Amino acid sequence: MSGQPVAKPGRKPGGGMAIDVKGLTKRFGKKVAVNAVDIAVPEGQVWGFLGPNGSGKTTTIRMLCGLLHADAGEGTCLGYDLRKEADAIKRETGYMTQKFSFWEDLTIRENLEFVARVYGLSGVRRLVDETLEKLGLTARQNQLAGELSGGWKQRMALAACTLHGPKLLLLDEPTAGVDPKARRDFWDEIHKLADGGITVLVSTHYMDEAERCDKIVFISSGVIVARGTVAEIVKASGLITYTVEGEGARQLADRLRGQRGIEFVSFFGALLHVSGYDRALLESALAPYRSDGKLIITETVSSLEDVFIQLQQQAGA
Amino acid sequence: MKNFAVHRIYAMLGKEFIQMRRDRTTLAMLIGIPLMQLFLFGYAINMVPRHLPSALIVTDSGPFSDSIVSALANSSYFDIGHTTYSRPAARRLLAQNRVAFVIEIPANFSHDVVRGAGPSILVEADATDPAASSYAVAALNGLATSALRDDLKGPLAARAPQAPAFNVIVHSLYNPEANTQYNVVPGLLGIILTMTMVMATSISLTRERERGTFENLLAMPTRPFEIMVGKITPNIFVGAFQAALILGVAKWIFHVPMLGSFGLLAIAATIFITALLGVGYTISTVATNQMQAMQMTFFFLMPSILLSGFAFPFRGMPFWAQWIGEALPITHFLRIVRGILLKGNGWIEIWPDIWPMVLFLFVAGTVAVTRFRQTLD
Repeated sequence: MSGQPVAKPGRKPGGGMAIDVKGLTKRFGKKVAVNAVDIAVPEGQVWGFLGPNGSGKTTTIRMLCGLLHADAGEGTCLGYDLRKEADAIKRETGYMTQKFSFWEDLTIRENLEFVARVYGLSGVRRLVDETLEKLGLTARQNQLAGELSGGWKQRMALAACTLHGPKLLLLDEPTAGVDPKARRDFWDEIHKLADGGITVLVSTHYMDEAERCDKIVFISSGVIVARGTVAEIVKASGLITYTVEGEGARQLADRLRGQRGIEFVSFFGALLHVSGYDRALLESALAPYRSDGKLIITETVSSLEDVFIQLQQQAGA
Repeated sequence: MKNFAVHRIYAMLGKEFIQMRRDRTTLAMLIGIPLMQLFLFGYAINMVPRHLPSALIVTDSGPFSDSIVSALANSSYFDIGHTTYSRPAARRLLAQNRVAFVIEIPANFSHDVVRGAGPSILVEADATDPAASSYAVAALNGLATSALRDDLKGPLAARAPQAPAFNVIVHSLYNPEANTQYNVVPGLLGIILTMTMVMATSISLTRERERGTFENLLAMPTRPFEIMVGKITPNIFVGAFQAALILGVAKWIFHVPMLGSFGLLAIAATIFITALLGVGYTISTVATNQMQAMQMTFFFLMPSILLSGFAFPFRGMPFWAQWIGEALPITHFLRIVRGILLKGNGWIEIWPDIWPMVLFLFVAGTVAVTRFRQTLD
């Protein structure tokens, strides 16, 4: 699979690369958490960072914003050297941690004011007023941040880490545990920011979120195993998928699992997905059930999730 | 890259003061603990114990025995609550911790005194705690000369002890009445500040780390020095408040003399407090959770109590222990406080103890800043 990012037309063509790192490696003791990762994100794009738990997403993001020293590798963020200019990178980057990491014993306003002062922004009061207004939190500005619900915490965190007008936004599973409506609003906000020229790298477990990204990087056990647009990744996987629906599909899953030519069988709602690489083998495995009137078997385009389950299996994670 | 910016220090200070104000429990403890300890220890600790329970073995019925017994009671060190005739019974009382002394007046004591045979009185002391019995034992020595002074008159005047060839005159300076509180209360100022200041800062970064907010703080352009100033400064005010509180109680409740300059004491206290905060901050750069921070605090607190001259006489320790004591800021602070309050010492007298504290402050601050990791590795 080609690792060359192609600037997508439509998005603001900055020309430069917001993130351009090569061979990024991080070891914890003997364990290699991130192994020779190359990522190059053009300015103004939204990239999705996918991978199972413990695959090295957070570690990579932390190395990008200077929170962890890379054991090997080099490159630039926003044109600054990753190793030597961490402070400059920090000033122009917004990083939203996986777990809510603002001060729960400060009020919403106090949190925002603190951030504004740390970055030395001018007109702190007015800026915070505007931000609260935009967030719709003006009435609750004197509430402790710890009292906010998960969705509101997320919105506040995003507002706080974009307060200083960063050029690069690193979001670590920002929508984990957030309800679907809040999740959608959150993504609308991300796209609005990207339209304004901010580059976004966001890690996620949600396929619908991944599909809203310009490109996707899939990491497994610290190694990038796939990258590109959704269509590219699906195409490059070579995966062929059939769906089975109807009465008895559930029982069929156990019988099909492990048969020659079938890589994996999984449910998507009530729909059974049967995937493999060899059409003939898949057909012959499914042939005995074609005559069953209660089952409808049709070939479909493999979804991103099919491909990810397959990638994850291949990586042995 | 500049090491600090005023606006970021301002931001850190604002945040820390708000958080401190909101953490009512900790704040209450920072004020409640010193007061409680001050009253508890100020009243409880007495290095010169009196009225120690004693047993008397009397096998002599002569007139001098009564004089000896009343002299013992008058010394106020001995409370004779048991009188017995058997030595084993007296020993049992000692073993059971019911008496601290057994005083035995032998048979024919009065008779032997009159005869000029020079009889002995045996005093058995429970010396498991040498400090507890030493003053009482010292008081016994004078007893032999004074107890029978009124009895040995007339024909017995020849039996009275002769005047020694020379006298030793002792002036107990600075604390002539050997009032323990004059020593303990100023000492508590050092102990309480050590405990609360180190503890309060030792959890400062650790708490941020445990709550996950440290990652956020590091992802922002805050510098180590700015974070340290933000964490330490509010506690300097708390320390100053504690010191004022303790000194107020010392003056108006324990009536500890305050002969020296208050301004000088304030300067010394500020150096001392800042040095302690440096230690606490260093701990918090190392400790990964609050439990560890507490353990490390106690690791520092124990020698501060035991080797500083607070609990035990400094000069009584072997040299290696004195060296450890000299390395602790509290050792010097105690000398300064006692010196200023009780001796009325000035700048010249306290300088030998000021510079080691300044040195300690400098070293602790340097270690704290260099120990600070700007990454999460």
